[in-house]
Amino acid sequence: MAIAVDDTALTEKGLDAPEGKLGRVLLLACGALAHEILALKRLNNWDHMDLQCLPAKYHLYPDKIPAAVEDAVHKHRDDYETIFVVYADCGTGGLLQAKCAELGVEMVEGPHCYSFFEGNDVFAKTSEDEITAFYLTDFLVKQFDAFIMKPMGLDRHPELRDMYFGNYTKVVYQAQVNDPALDAKAQTCADKLGLPLERRFTGYGDLATALSDI
Amino acid sequence: MSEEQDDIILSELSDDELVPQIHDDLYDGMKEEIEESVHILLDRGWMPYDILTKALVEGMRIVGIDFRDGILFVPEVLLAANAMKGGMTILKPLLAETGAPRLGNMVIGTVKGDIHDIGKNLVTMMMEGAGFEVKDLGINNPVENYLDELEAGEYDILGMSALLTTTMPYMKVVIDTMVEKGMRDDYVVLVGGAPLNEEFGKAIGADAYCRDAAVAVETAKEFMATKHNQLSA
Repeated sequence: MAIAVDDTALTEKGLDAPEGKLGRVLLLACGALAHEILALKRLNNWDHMDLQCLPAKYHLYPDKIPAAVEDAVHKHRDDYETIFVVYADCGTGGLLQAKCAELGVEMVEGPHCYSFFEGNDVFAKTSEDEITAFYLTDFLVKQFDAFIMKPMGLDRHPELRDMYFGNYTKVVYQAQVNDPALDAKAQTCADKLGLPLERRFTGYGDLATALSDI
Repeated sequence: MSEEQDDIILSELSDDELVPQIHDDLYDGMKEEIEESVHILLDRGWMPYDILTKALVEGMRIVGIDFRDGILFVPEVLLAANAMKGGMTILKPLLAETGAPRLGNMVIGTVKGDIHDIGKNLVTMMMEGAGFEVKDLGINNPVENYLDELEAGEYDILGMSALLTTTMPYMKVVIDTMVEKGMRDDYVVLVGGAPLNEEFGKAIGADAYCRDAAVAVETAKEFMATKHNQLSA
């Protein structure tokens, strides 16, 4: 059964695991990955997995992520056989990896979701030539205002745009699904940043592999 | 404050009123008002260095404190910096003419693979405001850029900046290369950027990690004072 999840709630509050013990694996994830994880669960009938998401807005303050993951692991440790952390390094500078090792839980490999959606191996090879690319995923396209326009003050002070984005040369929209409405919104996002758009269909990339290995 | 601003005629303020008003205008990111006030003080015979330090740098110091305390955020700091830049543009050529004191020379740049320069630009501006001559190498600098510039000029300080956890390790490449070439001890190496911390700075062999532009200025001043004392001893 599909679970309806609201993007604003995923950004601000995250998503609580279902009440009552349902699965034996808890996926402790970033709210920005909820739709993709739920889609993979449906596609693969991974009924043994439950999903708990931390607020996606923690990406604006990466130093909050390790402590929040630690709290959630402690909270749910007794309820599940396995807890798997569905974050990449995500700007924590190795601190999340160290925290997961300390807690004895595994996490997704890679520097950030742009990398594992594209495939970590491919991204490692191409990203050196793409340092002037600004990446968006489906979730970031949908929550562009919450993650880019408002926190950077561009909604109030559009004149700051070039101070932030003057060194970028393109927006790369990594599409997890084919959705013309999201494509159109991605174009609007790129227009707001004054950059050309490149759409790249990635699907779920290494996320699917990582979850299937649990 | 902006409603009050409409009623204020800057040229009618006394010096004692205008300087705090400049601090307020910097805080509010009002570039045109800053430029006007700088011209007013110059017309009143103020030395460019006094305008820079007492009005602009002091105003940005207040902005820096409120940023550190979580009262102001990046967009407001950028607006303030933009306003200060307006004032600096007027003062910079005059500072050279009037023999403003120079504290030291610095090379600064964002490391290879990284194109983020907001923090670096803030540091550059605040260091210049504090009396340092700064050569800004821009973004995406391989080790050769830093070393070539250091060898080409007479510099005291190397500053490196990175915003990404994937690019900050490159700072160690630069420092290690300086060690290999026997030039590490000739310079103070300061590092900064959002994902860095003090432990990282120590681990890569930098002299100091600077969490913001104001700390960078204070740290640079301390190192220059130490160097000066050593030379005098």
